[in-house]
Amino acid sequence: MIVIIDYDAGNLRSVQRACAEVGLAATISGDAAVVARADRIIFPGVGAAASAMRSLRAKGLDDVLRAAIAAGTPMLGICLGLQISLTHSEEGDTTTLGLIPGRVVRFRLDDPKLKIPHMGWNAVTVTRPHPVLAGIRHGDEFYFVHAYYPAPADDRLVLAQTEYEGTFACALGNRNYVATQFHPEKSGRVGLDLIARFAKWDGIWSGQPC
Amino acid sequence: MLSKRLIACLDVRDGKLAKSVKFVDTKDIGDPVSKAREYYEDGLDELVFYDITASSDKRRIMLDVVEAVAAQVFIPLSVGGGVRTVQDATDLRLAGAEKINVNSAAVERPALIAECADAIGNQNIVLSMDIRRVQSNAQCPSGYEIVIHGGRTPKGIDALAWALEGERLGAGELVVNSIDADGTREGYSIELTRLIADAVRIPVIASGGAGLPEHLAQVLTEGHADAALVASMVHYGDYTVSGLKRDLAGRGIKMRMSW
Repeated sequence: MIVIIDYDAGNLRSVQRACAEVGLAATISGDAAVVARADRIIFPGVGAAASAMRSLRAKGLDDVLRAAIAAGTPMLGICLGLQISLTHSEEGDTTTLGLIPGRVVRFRLDDPKLKIPHMGWNAVTVTRPHPVLAGIRHGDEFYFVHAYYPAPADDRLVLAQTEYEGTFACALGNRNYVATQFHPEKSGRVGLDLIARFAKWDGIWSGQPC
Repeated sequence: MLSKRLIACLDVRDGKLAKSVKFVDTKDIGDPVSKAREYYEDGLDELVFYDITASSDKRRIMLDVVEAVAAQVFIPLSVGGGVRTVQDATDLRLAGAEKINVNSAAVERPALIAECADAIGNQNIVLSMDIRRVQSNAQCPSGYEIVIHGGRTPKGIDALAWALEGERLGAGELVVNSIDADGTREGYSIELTRLIADAVRIPVIASGGAGLPEHLAQVLTEGHADAALVASMVHYGDYTVSGLKRDLAGRGIKMRMSW
């Protein structure tokens, strides 16, 4: 059973619809007991880091997520889900889950013509092979909406990069956890393919874990 | 870097597709769900649905349309028309809309922008502005005036000032729709689009007047727009979404070309 984690952080039905489009039945649940029994977990979210963390803790989901990672359950983080997986977010100076060592920082751009949030379609360049990103071709673009980006402590956790003035990490991996800053559920076929690959992934990655 | 976006707008009345010409008389042109899916499969970057249903008792139909489209189209979906309250916005979001457009109701009660931004996030609230050229005057020094109610009611509000106010109140994006150009197929208002795009730090979507690929190219370069919105150009089969994107990419404009 795939469980999409509901922690009052945005509309999760778009992720559920995208799963349905690739033939996956996914349950939306914020119940710690249900999440704990999941075969695989999707951890999406939009909104602010601090309120998301409050909500996760209130539902006891922070511990469930840590346990799932330790148990080897394949997990996919999306957008805010990725961001609150790191150790700290500059957004509201928030201590976050620490599933991936590192920080989340706000874009600081010199070019006044570049807008924040970084919103729209941008190319994703895979820099480290990973089964979930395996089908992404050079030049494939995904849909982004975010004002903060992840800066993991270890470069070996970066799976893909995107350019916005400089480059930033747009996909991270650590053991059985893979996470994207972009929205695969809103990125057309290339995004749906990513979700389909996640659904088949055994949670094993040959890269260097932290 | 970010690609420029090609956005198709579908006007929906009583659940059916319609296309306005200068905001009067609309013609039914088909089923919004199949049209949306067709454009999505042809590489569209974003879809806008505008509910032009006159009677409020038929608004529920729009939620069903959004729900049906969201189940088939996996790109950002933006919906507007008749959004008057935070509840309207959250209902549409729940049905599957990513972004919510506010227009007339925000002009009449600007706090709606801030309320929606709080409820659904700045990035998801789009301020859509219908604008007409006027003699520059004390009320409208920019020479552009805000018009509401589908182009029928001039408000004596300066369009540039309203764009800046919308940004300040928390809008994440602006639609600049030139009423003078709308439906003419003679090109976007480049001057108006650039005036607003240069003044704000949020993305600007140019709307109204597209008839030829060079019109899109012009507004995305000289007009400084982040996205170009089309309707009749693609609705009647004169152009395809992928054909337009290829044309723009061929002119050196960065577009998403694989899907």
